[in-house]
Amino acid sequence: MTAEIGQFALILALVLAVVQTLAPLVGAWRSDPALMAVGRTASALQLLFIVIAFASLATCYIVNDFSVALVAEHSNMAQPFIYRLGATWGSHEGSMLLWVLILAIYGAAVAVFGGSLRETLQARVLAVQGLIGAAFLGFLLFTSNPFIRLSPVPLDGAELNPVLQDPGLVFHPPVLYSGYVGLSIAFSFGVAALIEGRVDAGWARWVRPWVLAAWIFLTVGIAMGSLWAYYTLGWGGWWFWDPVENASLMPWLLATALLHSSLVLERRGALVSWTILLSILAFSLSLVGTFLVRSGVLTSVHAFALDAKRGVYILAIIAAMTGSALTLFAWRAPALKTGSLFAPLSREYAVTLNNLLLLASAATVFLGTFYPVFMDVLHGDKISVGPPYYTATFVPIFVLLFGLVSFGPMLNWKRDDLRRLLPRLRVPAALAAAVLVVAALVFGLKHLFAAFGLALGVWLIAGAFIVLARRWRVGQVPWAEVFDLARATPLAVLGLVIAHAGLGVTTIGITSVSAWQTNKVLSMSPGQSVKLAGNTIAMVALRPVTGPNYEANQAQFDVTGAFGKSTMMSERRLYPASQTTTTDAGIQPGILGNIYISVADQNPDGGVTVRMWNHPFVDWIWAGALLMAFGGAVSLADRGLRVVRVERVVLRPLAVEPVTL
Amino acid sequence: MNRLVFLAPVALFALLIGAFAAGLGRDPSKLPSTLIDKPLPAFDLPAVRAGDVGMKSTDNIGQPHLLNVFASWCVSCRIEHPVLLQLKAEGVPIDGLDWKDEPSDGQKYLIDQGDPYRLAGNDKTGRAGIDLGVAGVPETFLVDRKGRVRYKQIGPITAEDWAGTIKPLMDRLRAEG
Repeated sequence: MTAEIGQFALILALVLAVVQTLAPLVGAWRSDPALMAVGRTASALQLLFIVIAFASLATCYIVNDFSVALVAEHSNMAQPFIYRLGATWGSHEGSMLLWVLILAIYGAAVAVFGGSLRETLQARVLAVQGLIGAAFLGFLLFTSNPFIRLSPVPLDGAELNPVLQDPGLVFHPPVLYSGYVGLSIAFSFGVAALIEGRVDAGWARWVRPWVLAAWIFLTVGIAMGSLWAYYTLGWGGWWFWDPVENASLMPWLLATALLHSSLVLERRGALVSWTILLSILAFSLSLVGTFLVRSGVLTSVHAFALDAKRGVYILAIIAAMTGSALTLFAWRAPALKTGSLFAPLSREYAVTLNNLLLLASAATVFLGTFYPVFMDVLHGDKISVGPPYYTATFVPIFVLLFGLVSFGPMLNWKRDDLRRLLPRLRVPAALAAAVLVVAALVFGLKHLFAAFGLALGVWLIAGAFIVLARRWRVGQVPWAEVFDLARATPLAVLGLVIAHAGLGVTTIGITSVSAWQTNKVLSMSPGQSVKLAGNTIAMVALRPVTGPNYEANQAQFDVTGAFGKSTMMSERRLYPASQTTTTDAGIQPGILGNIYISVADQNPDGGVTVRMWNHPFVDWIWAGALLMAFGGAVSLADRGLRVVRVERVVLRPLAVEPVTL
Repeated sequence: MNRLVFLAPVALFALLIGAFAAGLGRDPSKLPSTLIDKPLPAFDLPAVRAGDVGMKSTDNIGQPHLLNVFASWCVSCRIEHPVLLQLKAEGVPIDGLDWKDEPSDGQKYLIDQGDPYRLAGNDKTGRAGIDLGVAGVPETFLVDRKGRVRYKQIGPITAEDWAGTIKPLMDRLRAEG
């Protein structure tokens, strides 16, 4: 019964999505407020029905309803509650349902919170959202129905892929999807603006928080995915240039570009068509990512059960969505009013350069990811592109970009003077140079690249904080005045400082772990010990343990280092239902680095093969990403407060007017 | 001029969609063998079965046959094995190459699981496997009467693979002069 409720709710949601597309579009064209209001109601109702469908599927998982094929394939009775719940979005069908759920939440948010938007703009944004919703609800219902029943009903289900049975599954997909799908709002705003033929600072002011929110989710989602891969795959890698990782990186790069260009549009009215184009491309790359995972054009660790029919459907959606948006762009964008001019040395120019570099880096990732497809189509050759390609293309672009980041916020809008700019950056430059020299002396010329990476990280962090020093006029005015200026700092500026400093923290982490990680592989038995990076690691015990749905061989280690003694556990798990083994690595995290131990299967002599790593500063990679996301959140909070403030200013004069009923 | 710049994104996009559409039907995990239409590389392998003669690459010229690469330690081979026994019952000539395996283990495997092979050779060092481009077991080569490789199957042969792909090919090879 529950599954049928979900099924009907999905069908109703599809009908409502079609209504949400047509009614406001006609309403905006005919200036009919009633029809435009239908769009808002439809988006709220669509959300309601998708919530019902999602709750139905989750219920089927939680109560172990194995008559539903999807549940029987991805869950069993021994599976812990939290992973039965997580399995709801652990399959292709379930994750698509999560996708449309998040899409509907964003759509309803525009309907509810977009009250102060120009009514026709809001109506058209909702119409585009409705169209995307209709396309993907159709995809779910016609190619990937999650509610199909099984007959005969199996007594117990199979199993969710054990690698996915991890807290990461519970959080990573919803957060990442919130980022992917959040970019749909930018897309809808872009298309709506092209239909209206009007883009102004107000448009940018409205789009920016949505882009910022999506960007925060994407940043956290990607960082979580990387951390999950780090601790779960058993060898401590944190980025693999896997097609699906790339599929999340590309929208992030474009969302970052969009974040900066929309700032220029909001403040200076410039980069109009460019910003619209970015808003179309950013979401299109999210769609391409969806296509990539589900079509089977590329092999990847993330790929769902492959089905060419699904691939064709998603490709058709992309062709229709992005194709018509870009056609609309080619037709309408030349007529958009172009913004104010700016000099080659100005903050606008710095953002343009930032955008070009981000776009170029996204292009290199795109080319690397799809090169195998292109080569196969053109020559029939099977090749794949690995990390050396990205080291040679992506990394240099990013080094250049990071070198320029600290200049941006120190530049004045419209025009600036190089002779006045350079002295503003003397402190970060001096610090970075000092780090470069010291690191080169300490670690030798062999590690010159690493020394350069550390210097780059310091340059970014110091460059971020110098923004505050300049704003507070440290050293120019008395401290009391500095204190007053500091208290008046807008949150948006703090957000910028935190996010840019986060980039520096991540840079230091990546550099250190790439240059100085050490490892040992050996066969160990209880009682043996080994030295690794100044620590003594002793295997204390090796014993079998039983989990809720797995058997494991657990090794216990005592680690003695400069900071005292601690205990670490590392497990090799066997999930009998699917005969899959996984590694649960033991990790001792620390600010200066992690000790990472994974154990393999038992050897004939009674010992086990142990792989251990020292990963210096590796946690800084994720800490930096979280700082970036936190900076974004601080900036978003500022915007929220300002919107409230503006509304108060507007509302007060209205209140004194005579009320007419 | 300006108009053309605005048209560029949609034009580029159309090209991309074309490439994706063309790429959709292809299976990226299917690696073609470089040996297709080339003669089987030369090998001369010792026996797997005690008292047997072993297997030479030239032994089978004159008759289309299958060359199956297996190993006693390979799980997928055990899944494939009943299909091979069925083929043997149908009179299909199959030779076995026991890859990276102790001859005694290979022999025990054939005694336990049944023996579908006409000729069987042991490739303990994996040297012949390298020449054949073996990436994993099981793999199966379809060899024509002139000793040329005509088809390569990666992974276990299922009943569907046999009926749908390999048997029609083999029938054609048998009909070839």
